[in-house]
Amino acid sequence: MNSTNFIQKYYYGDIPDQPGGTLQQTTQDAHAWPLWEVFIRSKQGLDHKHAGSLHAADATMAIENARDVYTRRQEGVSIWVVESKYLHASNPDDAESFYTPAEDKVYRHPTFYDIPPEVGHM
Amino acid sequence: MVMQDFEKIFQGHIDQEIKIEPRDWMPDAYRKTNVRQISQHAHSEIVGMLPEGNWISRAPSLKRKAILLAKVQDEAGHGLYLYSAAETLGTTRDQMIADLHSGKAKYSSIFNYPTLTWADMGAVGWLVDGAAIMNQVMLCRTSYGPYARAMVRICKEESFHQRQGFESLMVLSQGTPEQREMCQDAINRWWWPSLMMFGPKDSESTNSDQSMKWKIKRKTNDELRQNFVDMIAEQVKVLGMTLPDADLKWNEERQHYDFGEINWDEFWNVVKGNGPCNKQRLDARRKAHEDGAWVREAAVAYAEKKKLKEKTA
Repeated sequence: MNSTNFIQKYYYGDIPDQPGGTLQQTTQDAHAWPLWEVFIRSKQGLDHKHAGSLHAADATMAIENARDVYTRRQEGVSIWVVESKYLHASNPDDAESFYTPAEDKVYRHPTFYDIPPEVGHM
Repeated sequence: MVMQDFEKIFQGHIDQEIKIEPRDWMPDAYRKTNVRQISQHAHSEIVGMLPEGNWISRAPSLKRKAILLAKVQDEAGHGLYLYSAAETLGTTRDQMIADLHSGKAKYSSIFNYPTLTWADMGAVGWLVDGAAIMNQVMLCRTSYGPYARAMVRICKEESFHQRQGFESLMVLSQGTPEQREMCQDAINRWWWPSLMMFGPKDSESTNSDQSMKWKIKRKTNDELRQNFVDMIAEQVKVLGMTLPDADLKWNEERQHYDFGEINWDEFWNVVKGNGPCNKQRLDARRKAHEDGAWVREAAVAYAEKKKLKEKTA
């Protein structure tokens, strides 16, 4: 038995790189299909919810692939796809200045106001 | 902020069970470990279609054929969920596939064993998927958000895989003497490789437990393996079959099953590429990718042409 194998931590599902492995090559297939984000409405009356992403050559194929990948057990009645490059997101580094202004505005919540119980449900 | 501060904030989030999301700052090693682990997991799902695909055309009934087709399709879906989770960390699909085909990236060694009889379809579902579920249930709580969400989706589907395997073996176990023999033979061949799926013993790794600290993993190899043995040792009684281990015995004091020593030479041999089917599996993957190249090209050409038409229309 080769004892050097045991020097690296080896968890189930995470086989370590072999020492002296091949150089990292950066491959980009010239015919690579773009990435799409998939949103699925699970039933009428509910919002479309982000399900994941997939690759497809165009929108029609993205919707067909989304059906096969994300709705094999009737998880959806409607699918939206959008090419990932068109999705814009807030910056997590700015989260503090971006979201904390709402933190000290407790008066925006109904529980801030004391109403006599005889008023009933309000 | 200096680097140490970023790392402290990052570890703080992990310790408070706040998930890490794609655009959050993370240490390079955390990113690298996740890319390696998630892509290996994806490759395992994809290569895992091969030993079962082997039996689709020879399933004994239309019902079993439909079940097997659905299961193999699920494995493809699981591979795709995981590839896209890995892509959120900055790697590309093409890179991952190239790494699999060059032999740089690994996949679970269990799929380098052959599926010789129909009973193997049952044993693979019950034992191999059963072992995988142990790991996957734990991973539903892994610290990287997209990986955890993919695992939740996978776990929901995976329990069908294990149940259909057990049920298929149960039918054989109540059948003719030949069917019973086939059932026992499949269990005998798949038991030890299934235990090997959990990786080397904890005592044989000397590095720090970084994956535990980062909560990528939450249980050690030995803990998961013990859970698996405890589960299967009980279930096999229902089948009226036995596990091929003379040392398997309930330990009242530990409240766990004791079991025999795994053949680690065999384990390392298969990891290094010398298992019964390593070459066959990779050749099949490469061939599928190369044979499909014209389809990928044609789809892009068609999409471009359609776009042009829409513009001029």
